[in-house]
Amino acid sequence: MILPLRLEEVSFSARGRAIIAPLSLELGAGPSTIILGANGAGKSVLMRLMHGLIAPTAGRVLWSGPNTRSKQAMVFQHPVMLRRSALDNVIYALKAAGIARHERERLAREALSEVGLLAAARTPARVLSGGQQQRLALARAWALHPEVLFLDEPTASLDPSATREIEAVIRGFDASGTKVVMATHNLGQALRLGDEVLFVHQGRLVERAPAERFFRQPGSAEAAAFIKGELPWV
Amino acid sequence: MADFPAVFEQPELWAIVVLSLQVSLSAVGFATLAGLPLGAAIAVGRFPGRGATIVLLNALMGLPPVVVGLAVYLLLSRAGPLGGLGLLFTPGAMVVAQTILILPIIAALSRQAVEDAWREYDEQLRSLGVEGLRAALTVLWDVRFSLLTAVLAGLGRASAEVGAVMIVGGNIDGVTRVMTTAIALETSKGDLPLALGLGIVLIGIVLVLNAAAFLVKEAAQRRYG
Amino acid sequence: MGLTRAVLIVLALLFWSCVNAQQRFITVASTTSTEQSGLFKHLLPIFEKRTGIQVRVVALGTGQALDMGRRGDADVVFVHAQPLEEKFVAEGYGVRRFAVMYNDFVLVGPKSDPASVGGTKDIASALQKIKAAEAPFVSRGDRSGTHFAELQLWKAAGVDIAKEKGPWYRDTGSGMGPTLNTASAMNGYALSDRGTWLSFKNRGDLVIAVEGDKRLFNQYGVILVNPAKHLHVKKEMGQAFIDWIVSPAGQQAIAGYKINGEQLFFPNAGS
Repeated sequence: MILPLRLEEVSFSARGRAIIAPLSLELGAGPSTIILGANGAGKSVLMRLMHGLIAPTAGRVLWSGPNTRSKQAMVFQHPVMLRRSALDNVIYALKAAGIARHERERLAREALSEVGLLAAARTPARVLSGGQQQRLALARAWALHPEVLFLDEPTASLDPSATREIEAVIRGFDASGTKVVMATHNLGQALRLGDEVLFVHQGRLVERAPAERFFRQPGSAEAAAFIKGELPWV
Repeated sequence: MADFPAVFEQPELWAIVVLSLQVSLSAVGFATLAGLPLGAAIAVGRFPGRGATIVLLNALMGLPPVVVGLAVYLLLSRAGPLGGLGLLFTPGAMVVAQTILILPIIAALSRQAVEDAWREYDEQLRSLGVEGLRAALTVLWDVRFSLLTAVLAGLGRASAEVGAVMIVGGNIDGVTRVMTTAIALETSKGDLPLALGLGIVLIGIVLVLNAAAFLVKEAAQRRYG
Repeated sequence: MGLTRAVLIVLALLFWSCVNAQQRFITVASTTSTEQSGLFKHLLPIFEKRTGIQVRVVALGTGQALDMGRRGDADVVFVHAQPLEEKFVAEGYGVRRFAVMYNDFVLVGPKSDPASVGGTKDIASALQKIKAAEAPFVSRGDRSGTHFAELQLWKAAGVDIAKEKGPWYRDTGSGMGPTLNTASAMNGYALSDRGTWLSFKNRGDLVIAVEGDKRLFNQYGVILVNPAKHLHVKKEMGQAFIDWIVSPAGQQAIAGYKINGEQLFFPNAGS
């Protein structure tokens, strides 16, 4: 068990600019966590700090168990696929995770099946549509059975029907016990998928509350303004 | 140009063409084997002097063939350090010289291709736990169609040069005479139509090779996306 | 998988290139004028058939050919500049010099003959006239046997060419063919060996202006590179080549080489 994850006074600056102000929080297993905020608020940077893709300028990111890399997975806004078949992309991830050769194809097929892409197993991944590639990215993550799944605005580039498909898969992850941590600026999505909300504004963690309470009665002025401002687009 | 068909009556033409292809394709093979991983490693690596290394590599793309020929000659001459190999004035020496000549081209161009792609792949690969050399090789394989251009650039340089192969090969009739040195010889003998004819044959061969590579690349790109 | 295949292909190529290396052969450093005359194409197959030894000729200028011998990059040198050859042997780089054959030089020039040298048999006076008229003269300038002979002829004409040359004297630093190309292009005079001239196809307006002077006589010599200085020299095969070329069979083969019915080289081994 690598959860809970603790951030202790974590901050991040680049080129002299502070992007994340010193921030401390603890993420436990269970509820799906939405990191909410406007564009440029620092959601992506915060997520990358948690996942270990960037190192904090100060402070510590502490997991509670060993082998942290193999127990996490991340899905990005734009799926990054290798120039090979959908199946081979998942197999690549399994190989990187150290799964035995004779297990890889079976596990990869299971993962594709889970997201409804088994029929496209032999199709070159880059030829798939945006929505399909994002589902493939989720399949790739699924195959690793991670404890924590990070998602950085996974549907921001997709149309509504593809978005629905992706949200269904994410719900599947949540139901199977994976801790979902997702950054989004889409309020409706946050409501649909989230149990708790971390509201980030200009690099600071401004509010943290269960999702329903956050939307009904935001505790901070910034959150209220954000919800009001965003509402027409929900 | 009424003389052009006479080119094909040259009995040695076939042997010269075959030797030219042997030498240049061998050089391309060796340079690719060494150059692709080298380019990928520089693209992905972070080390002191990286900027200077890239500048040097790019500059070496313009190595004058005759200088390479001279340097290799001094190395392989009996009076030189590697004289004992007995490689001078053999096709082997020509392959060595051309490999040195085109290695920077293939390394520099593959470095560029991998570095451009790296920005796209870097985070996802690290998220999957793939780093360092393994990540570089993954990206290298993924950009394989762009690398084809680098390899063709190397092949073009090798088949076009005369300075290096003339010095280390000696243009020996039937042994180290290739298309470019044959053209140089016929020009200096004053047989300009023959020289021109050989030149057209050489250009034709390189054109065919490039066309074939282009078709392969198009088909593969359609297939793999 | 893809990588293994690539490695196998490269190894196959390597092997392929090496297969040629099985043959018995010697390396002979000779001159561009000798090769471009076509003599070797005629002579060497005869020798190879007889002995099974392939002769690989690297054709350079005489100066460079002798340097090749000094470095040990050739087994035999076959050039045409007697004083330089004798120096080569005296310095210990060669075993012994054998005379092989001679041909002659000719002075070629434009049909229009601006220096009015046409018809004379006296090369020295011809050169004096060229200098006086400041007619374009193209020199090889490449330490070749021909260049060396040209410098000797200027001396015989009483001209210190190094001091007295003007813009009319073009020093190209190149082989016989390129020099003739240049002379043809600028309608100038040049000294050429008869062999290259006879097979030269880009004559333009050039014709033979002066020939037959005894000073235009061009002697060839052959020398085995000294195996004491370079242990790897193929001395038996090299000596076999020398023995053959001065033998009646070799000498006859030399005499048998003709262009358009005209004999190019005159065997004179033993002189």
